[in-house]
Amino acid sequence: MSKEENTANRPDNTAFTQQRLPAWQPMLSAGIVIPGFVIIGVAFIGIGVALFVTSQNIQVLEKDYTGIERNSSCFKCTNPRVKNCNCTINFSLDKLFEGPVFVYYGLSNYFQNYRKYGVSKDAVQLTGDLAYFTEPSTTCAPYQRDAKDKPIVPCGSIANSMFNDTFKLFQIVNSGNVEVPFDGKGIAWWTDYNIKYRNPTTNPLKNAFNDTVKPIFWPRPAYELDPTNSANNGFINQDFLVWMRRSALPNFRKLYRRITEGEYAKGLPAGDYALVIGYNYPVLAFEGRKKVVFSNVSWMGGKNQFLGIAYLVIGSLCVVMSIVMLIVYAKFKFPDEE
Amino acid sequence: MERLHWLGQRCQQMVDQGGARGWYSAPDGPLGAGGCPATCRLSGKRRTVIARRGPYQAEYRAISREYQGNAIRTTKYSLLTFIPINLFQQFRRVANLYFLFLVLLNWVPAVEAFQKEITMVPLLVVLIAIAFKDALEDYRRYLFDKTVNHSLVRVYCSKQKAYIDQHWQDVRVGDFIRLSCNEIIPADVLLLYSSDPRGICYIETANLDGETNLKQRRVVSDLPLQGSELTPESFYCRIECENPNNDLGRFRGYMEHSSKVRVGLHNDNLLLRSCTVRNTQTVVGLVVYAGHETKAMKNNSGPRYKQSRLEKRLNRDVLWCVILLFSMCLTAAIGHGLWLQRWTDPIYSIAEQVSPTLAGFYVFWTMIIVLQVLIPISLYVSIEIVKLGQIYFIQNDLALYSEQLDSGIQCRALNITEDLGQIQYLFSDKTGTLTENKMVFQCCTIHGVQYPHTQNARRLALYEEDVAGVPGRSLTLRSGCSVRSLSCRSMSCGHSSTSLHSLTREEEEEEEEPQGGAPCSRMAKEVIPDPELLKKMSCLQATSLCGAEACCLQATSLCGAEASCLQATSLCGAEASCVQATSLCGAEASCVQATSLCGAEASCLQATSLCGAEASLELNSIVDFFLALAVCNSVVVSSSGRACHTHADLPHNLTSRLLAQGEAGPRGVSGALGAAGVQGEVGSSTTATPSQAGASRESTQLGPGTDLVRSNVALENPRDPTAVVLTDMGNREEGVGAVGAPNVGTEPLRVSSLEDPAFCHSGPTAANEQLIYEAESPDELALVHAARAYNCTLRGRSGDELAVELPGAAGRLHVRLLHVLPFDCTRRRMSVVVRHPLTGRLVLYTKGADSVIMELSEHPDVPAGEGYVKIREQTQNHLDVYARDGLRTLCIAQRVLEEDDYRAWQKGQLLAETSIENREELLLESAQRLETNLTLLGATGIVDRLQEEVPETIEALQRAGIKVWVLTGDKQETAVNIACACKLLGPDDQILNANCGSKDACDALLQDLLSEVRGTGEGPGRPTLGEDKALPAAAVGGFVLVIDGRTLEWALQDELKGGFLELSRQCKAVLCCRSTPLQKSQVVQLVRSQLSVMTLAIGDGANDVSMIQVADVGIGISGQEGMQAVMSSDFAISRFKHLRKLLLVHGHWCYSRLANMILYFFYKNVMYVNLLFWYQFISGFSGSVMTNSWILILFNLLFTSVPPLVYGVLDRHTPADTLMERPELYSSRPSSKVK
Repeated sequence: MSKEENTANRPDNTAFTQQRLPAWQPMLSAGIVIPGFVIIGVAFIGIGVALFVTSQNIQVLEKDYTGIERNSSCFKCTNPRVKNCNCTINFSLDKLFEGPVFVYYGLSNYFQNYRKYGVSKDAVQLTGDLAYFTEPSTTCAPYQRDAKDKPIVPCGSIANSMFNDTFKLFQIVNSGNVEVPFDGKGIAWWTDYNIKYRNPTTNPLKNAFNDTVKPIFWPRPAYELDPTNSANNGFINQDFLVWMRRSALPNFRKLYRRITEGEYAKGLPAGDYALVIGYNYPVLAFEGRKKVVFSNVSWMGGKNQFLGIAYLVIGSLCVVMSIVMLIVYAKFKFPDEE
Repeated sequence: MERLHWLGQRCQQMVDQGGARGWYSAPDGPLGAGGCPATCRLSGKRRTVIARRGPYQAEYRAISREYQGNAIRTTKYSLLTFIPINLFQQFRRVANLYFLFLVLLNWVPAVEAFQKEITMVPLLVVLIAIAFKDALEDYRRYLFDKTVNHSLVRVYCSKQKAYIDQHWQDVRVGDFIRLSCNEIIPADVLLLYSSDPRGICYIETANLDGETNLKQRRVVSDLPLQGSELTPESFYCRIECENPNNDLGRFRGYMEHSSKVRVGLHNDNLLLRSCTVRNTQTVVGLVVYAGHETKAMKNNSGPRYKQSRLEKRLNRDVLWCVILLFSMCLTAAIGHGLWLQRWTDPIYSIAEQVSPTLAGFYVFWTMIIVLQVLIPISLYVSIEIVKLGQIYFIQNDLALYSEQLDSGIQCRALNITEDLGQIQYLFSDKTGTLTENKMVFQCCTIHGVQYPHTQNARRLALYEEDVAGVPGRSLTLRSGCSVRSLSCRSMSCGHSSTSLHSLTREEEEEEEEPQGGAPCSRMAKEVIPDPELLKKMSCLQATSLCGAEACCLQATSLCGAEASCLQATSLCGAEASCVQATSLCGAEASCVQATSLCGAEASCLQATSLCGAEASLELNSIVDFFLALAVCNSVVVSSSGRACHTHADLPHNLTSRLLAQGEAGPRGVSGALGAAGVQGEVGSSTTATPSQAGASRESTQLGPGTDLVRSNVALENPRDPTAVVLTDMGNREEGVGAVGAPNVGTEPLRVSSLEDPAFCHSGPTAANEQLIYEAESPDELALVHAARAYNCTLRGRSGDELAVELPGAAGRLHVRLLHVLPFDCTRRRMSVVVRHPLTGRLVLYTKGADSVIMELSEHPDVPAGEGYVKIREQTQNHLDVYARDGLRTLCIAQRVLEEDDYRAWQKGQLLAETSIENREELLLESAQRLETNLTLLGATGIVDRLQEEVPETIEALQRAGIKVWVLTGDKQETAVNIACACKLLGPDDQILNANCGSKDACDALLQDLLSEVRGTGEGPGRPTLGEDKALPAAAVGGFVLVIDGRTLEWALQDELKGGFLELSRQCKAVLCCRSTPLQKSQVVQLVRSQLSVMTLAIGDGANDVSMIQVADVGIGISGQEGMQAVMSSDFAISRFKHLRKLLLVHGHWCYSRLANMILYFFYKNVMYVNLLFWYQFISGFSGSVMTNSWILILFNLLFTSVPPLVYGVLDRHTPADTLMERPELYSSRPSSKVK
């Protein structure tokens, strides 16, 4: 009894307070490290091979249509004074381009990640809030209002600089052109389409844009972005959504269409094709490039050689290191450590 | 809560981190030199206090308008001022200012990096959290203040003419308050009345400094109202005293009576706020300082703040981060400018009218916002949290818990845990740190005769094994100590928390200065007396038992007569007086002759008496010695039978009679001349056996008649015959009585207490009482118990009288205590002036360090002759032996004072006591004036055992690469002995002694030693055979430098300290003996600053305080010597052995954890910032980020804060067992490097 009284200040004898919690501390001996390296190396090589092979199997077809070269068919469109210029790029496939085929447009040297460009939009306006139609946020400056002080909707530099080249793909079959049908649905992020961007509830949509002007570079106002499909207009236009999601790098490609319909759903068969481009977008001012990319995807996404190679390199290094260590160990092992 | 409070303090102090600040936050600078605060800061500012309810009402109002009331307010904020003041406080932190700067920067449109609001989030979170914590803390303080302010105290009210209950907060300066036992003192009160008849009040200052022993306070001397309780109405005195200050040990002033008589006031008269009244029924006092002006509140400083070396290093690294940040931002700015210049108006650009240069400038600031993560502001907060976790684990370690004392480790400085892992030099005190500081009397030497107390030593050795074998045993020791709890002190008054009253005391004190209650261990109590000494003592007892005069005393008086005669001869030289003298001596001689006639038996008796004469001197010395032991101390006695120390009214007749006698004829028992004479006789008698009557007769005739020198020459070795004779004497009580009888009439000097019935009664009853001694230092306790073992019992202490039992005089004698010159570090001794209970003469007893006493007793004011010189030599020899055995030595000396001298001195002393300015110096001077020409009585050897596991601990620490220095105030031999015992000094080690007298000699010595060390250091390189003995020894062992205080004094001077350091670096260990507290701190300071190493100082007493404060890590041992060392330390442990785990395991862990955690922190921040930075290269250096800004802002605060914390608190880099077994791992750490 008295002993208990005398030990009032005695600390608790628990594993936690006495720092005796079980801990695992790896003893990195040769017996663990060398097999460990081998296992890791083999696993990495395995993954690397899988990735590389998969990546190799992905077909990618890139067609630069900037038109810098004089012999390029699009050279004529590089003159900024030419309006509504069309040019055609012909290419042929030796074998079946497996579907589903994704069609991208790519831009180089285009700094969508430029900070001031990136903030130049009005997120509230784009949720369809009419109050911001008449009073766009100052972040949109200088594309907030036009010269007549009318509010620009959608405001800001991103919207203003929307990519507006158009593409049409024809298969040349027996000197006749068969148009490959493009599917433009669902190419934007689900959250963008359903949550972030909303059209005003005004019906018809056009009325919501009263007393506003279209972005300066735009040929048509926002509510007429897709003349073929009235539901694909306004802020939830798929191309608009794709453009508004800025790219992180200055060389990027954005999804334009998918080929999922009809006989082309299984892929583009071998043959000659003509890509008809509505050339509108100026890139030469900043030494940019434009291209069209056809690609199919696999379980690991688009074509990416680097990942597979990186795995292979690391895996091989591990194996090599384990061999080196094995040699060193066999040569210098300490007799008492066995 | 305290920790939170500390955190707050810490936050504020971060402002001052620039390094200008010292590394502890005591309100005043480091301790004053030499201990006794010599600085006089009165500077003419005084405070006058007159009674509030007294006669001078109008004047009171005029004077005390300025004085504060007793209400205290320790809160920092009020409801209104909370927000502005708190914000102000918080923005004094650099970190917060930086955050604020970033927030404001983000509001500049051109620079803005994120949405404006987001940047504010971290700042707001931090500000609100800390404000909430501050508010909570302040609220608790408010509640505490409220309870304190509303405590009740009885204050005199003039209307009701009585003491009525009032709140503390209503007490004003000038109020009379009445306190009872166990009440807490509400303000600083001048003690005017105590129910104790001697005007003493006991207080316990545990709330102030943690010391639990009782301290005496006395009523202002010469207060005319003494006796009856004083009536405030008629209090016409006015009090002049110092303005409020924080010096707890000093109070100076005077009280002016209406008759313009001034009485000095000093610290003894002041009851301090928050102390507790003990053992005293009622006290009445006048409030002098109230509220925040009390000394307790003035001393109320925050917790200690030290910055660890790792943190200093961290600050530097943070600066590097800042530089890195700037370079990154600059790169971005330039890059952006160039990037903008490359293209003109691309489609994605914002058509702006800014030049690329300006845009680059803007980007610079934007980048500062973007890359803010690089400056790890939250690192400081994280480190504090980690340290709290580390402290938690240190405090909860069972291995650092001492079952015997029921105390674990106490972490007082919360932010230097990792310094424990980097210690390179350890400075240890010896007493109480390496040793138990349980002083046990082991042996003594009196009058040049050694009493080895072999049985006692054997018992001590036995006990040691006992303790080692059965750990539970010491528990009983503790319970034994708790007996001392007197009826009055059972109540604990806990609500004055130590955090409020944590103090740092200014003065330094030596080992024996009032510290704390020394426990009365059983071991200290039980002293087995030395048989030989006991025989001598019993002789003394026997003679007194026979009812006649004590033979020895009588004989001495005889000798006294003889002596005076001799003196007369030598002084006058006149023939007549010489004749007269010889006739006197002749009378004595004839007396002896007469007895010799009685035949064989008579001759025997004669021898007895003769030797009695000799023995009487020795016995006198013995009696004086033990009387000094019993009297010359500040031990508080209480007996289990009684509640308080109060005595029944003393029979004053006895003491007064004593006094009267003393004044009538102060003839010494122990005049030195007489002693010499007697010894002369003894010297002659050594040649004669006791039975040879004729020879002895011859010698007696020869002795008085012949020249002094001759008789002294004859003196050879007085010891052996003494012993023989003494045994004889013990057996022949009758004979002694017979011899004694004729002299009864002639010597009326002595008092037989048997005559006093009061004492006769008290005698036997008192013997049954269990006495409880409470001493201020363990040495005193041991000595008092030793005296008790020889029946020299200190029975009680009452005011200026001590009740003492002496073997010679049955019953209780009352010794009038005329003056106490308390111990201080400069004098290194303590003295009392008493009126000798037997002779009635004024005697000064001094007890102190042997060197001091030996010096002072070199030339006693009575010409001593060679006999005395011999005794001194003998004693010195014994002292050396004691020291070699590792005993603590104390010397006892006395001085018989002439009445006139004493009176003259008393005047000076009174002057010194009453002076307000330079009081300390004057007192010191006065004490030194009195303590001269001492006669050495003897010396004591006190054993102080090593603590358990000290050698193992020291060995482990040395293996860990820590250099251990021992700094002690003890003698060189003692220190070396202890060093051997605790394996600091191995058998193969070579000792380098450094003792020298002058600076030049010291310089040369240091050079010599250095060359010796170096020479031998190179030695093993060349192939020498074992011819030179020193060489292989040195090759095996190391060098140990032993330096004494005086040499150290030289070595610490600027010109020599380089050599000293160089030498000490070569040595394995250094022992500094005889060092003063100041030197200890100087040594630590020197090593710390010159070698720039991490130092740790460990000590237990007030003399170690300065050292503990100077060192990087100060560790206090909460042992026997009170709390001062603990109060000033960073960590307080209970045993030295705990140091091993504390340093080797916890220090190692804390250091590796914290260092790695900091690295982790830097790594993750730099990694993240690099990601952001490299992204700029592909985003036009525009300051855009690839992540969400929320992630960026909350990266440190929320997303990555936990892993480093967990790592910093829980990681076990190496298992504890491994660290304990292999101390070498400790030194394998990179020294004080983060990276």
